[in-house]
Amino acid sequence: MTATDAHRAINAVYRIESPRLIAGLARMVRDVGLAEELAQDALVAALERWPQSGVPDNPGAWLMATAKHRAVDLLRRGKLLERKHEELGREVDREMSPDLDAALDDDVGDDLLRLVFTACHPVLSMEARVALTLRLLGGLTTGEIARAFLVPEPTIAQRIVRAKRTLADARVPFEVPRGAELAARLSSVLQVIYLVFNEGYSATAGDDWVRPALCEDALRLGRIVAGLVPLEPEVHGLVALMEIQASRLRARTGPAGEPVLLLDQNRALWDRVLIGRGLAALERVEELDGAGGPYALQAAIAACHARARTPEETDWARIAALYRDLGQVSPSPVVELNRAVAVGMASGPAAGLELVDALLPEPSLAGYHLLPSARGDLLAKLGRLEEAGKEFQRAASLTKNARERKLLLERAASCARGEPPPR
Amino acid sequence: MRFMVIVKANKDSEAGVLPDEKILNAMGKFNEELVKAGVMLAGEGLQSSSKGARVRFSGGKRTVIDGPFAETKELVAGFWLWQVKSKQEAIEWLKRAPFEDTEVEIRQVFETADFAPSDPSGEIRKKEEELRKKVESQRR
Repeated sequence: MTATDAHRAINAVYRIESPRLIAGLARMVRDVGLAEELAQDALVAALERWPQSGVPDNPGAWLMATAKHRAVDLLRRGKLLERKHEELGREVDREMSPDLDAALDDDVGDDLLRLVFTACHPVLSMEARVALTLRLLGGLTTGEIARAFLVPEPTIAQRIVRAKRTLADARVPFEVPRGAELAARLSSVLQVIYLVFNEGYSATAGDDWVRPALCEDALRLGRIVAGLVPLEPEVHGLVALMEIQASRLRARTGPAGEPVLLLDQNRALWDRVLIGRGLAALERVEELDGAGGPYALQAAIAACHARARTPEETDWARIAALYRDLGQVSPSPVVELNRAVAVGMASGPAAGLELVDALLPEPSLAGYHLLPSARGDLLAKLGRLEEAGKEFQRAASLTKNARERKLLLERAASCARGEPPPR
Repeated sequence: MRFMVIVKANKDSEAGVLPDEKILNAMGKFNEELVKAGVMLAGEGLQSSSKGARVRFSGGKRTVIDGPFAETKELVAGFWLWQVKSKQEAIEWLKRAPFEDTEVEIRQVFETADFAPSDPSGEIRKKEEELRKKVESQRR
């Protein structure tokens, strides 16, 4: 094995092992930052030793043993005791006893869950939560996170250092929140994961494939959390939503990198494995009586599209009903606009137009090009081409995207000629 | 990135003999680890080749050949589809699998990126930027 091969293997092992390693150590030392330092020290030891000795048969156990010894050294030298209470020292000593090793294994899930909630703690900024979650749970390096978010590596490194300090200063306990707090904290975790997913989802063309890899990272995080809290329906809702959205990654852009809208996508390119996984996660949501949650509803809408073999088969009535429910649990003018479009497809353009018109006074939609664009579509379908043309013009003046502007102006021109625009 | 992990047949799998309870338990535990880590996308075990068939294509002619097939070690007996960050990660996961006397193959699945045209003029990158802006503007 060459040194480079060995380093690659060690980094892969670390990626697999580090979340459990850090989680286990954090429970011992009650400090996520210190736990990660200990894990990193073990990694450095591995990088020194394994290229000669080869990767041990149970690399995770080797890393944990090395990190634990280091923790004990620190304790003995009193460094930890300066920072921590004496009782903690006794606890660590107790946990160091070999008979407890087996018991520790059973707690891995609990430790990981504590790590999830700590990394997504509300005392941290959203940016810090994202960086810390990818680092501690996703096993990404600082460099990988920096490339994915298009920021310099020192920025991410600093963000992580500061986040750890904030957690320590705020004395955030390493624990799973209970009772009423759990729901709010879980929703923060899901928000972090979905934010990571959307970072990746917003960049899916061209040769920069680092950012789309964030979709995979988010999916993995989502699946991990779903395994840790299997009875929480919204986690499965989020996983379902991400799996189904990710199933369309291949179809979302044309050969020249141009965006392809949902109804124009080649459905043969949709990833059936991910759709299957998404639908299965959605079934789990329903078994848990969680179909009314915001992620579950968005996933159910995505599933309506995923189930339709052709755009014509789309169950628009169900989509409209789901948007109505979504608007009730998380009201937003954009949700209402989507509902209007769905109603227009299900019950005809007049019904859709009525809902869109009701949104016209909405201040938050004033500069939103999709409002006049949707209104133009509905008007054109009703044969009111002159008004439709004006709406497409207005939408074109609002969009910041050149390609989309061109498309909207074409539709406006078509209306001006008295021809209904395509689609 | 995704990898298909291909498990080869052996005498037992070809004879339709199911693995004993110990192996099944160990494999169940390994699968659980994969699921918990968010790595496992799919996985199936295949029945013996005696229950399968082949279609041979020769010009316009199609000939159906019923199983079983002789070259046991070349036959596929099962597969996993894994999502991992690197080939090394797939290798490290596979090393944890409870196999004893066999060879298991790891193959990378093509991604869209592998089909993307090269971008000498930076045109694709530019388009990506446009797309990014558009998607940003569409985002709720």
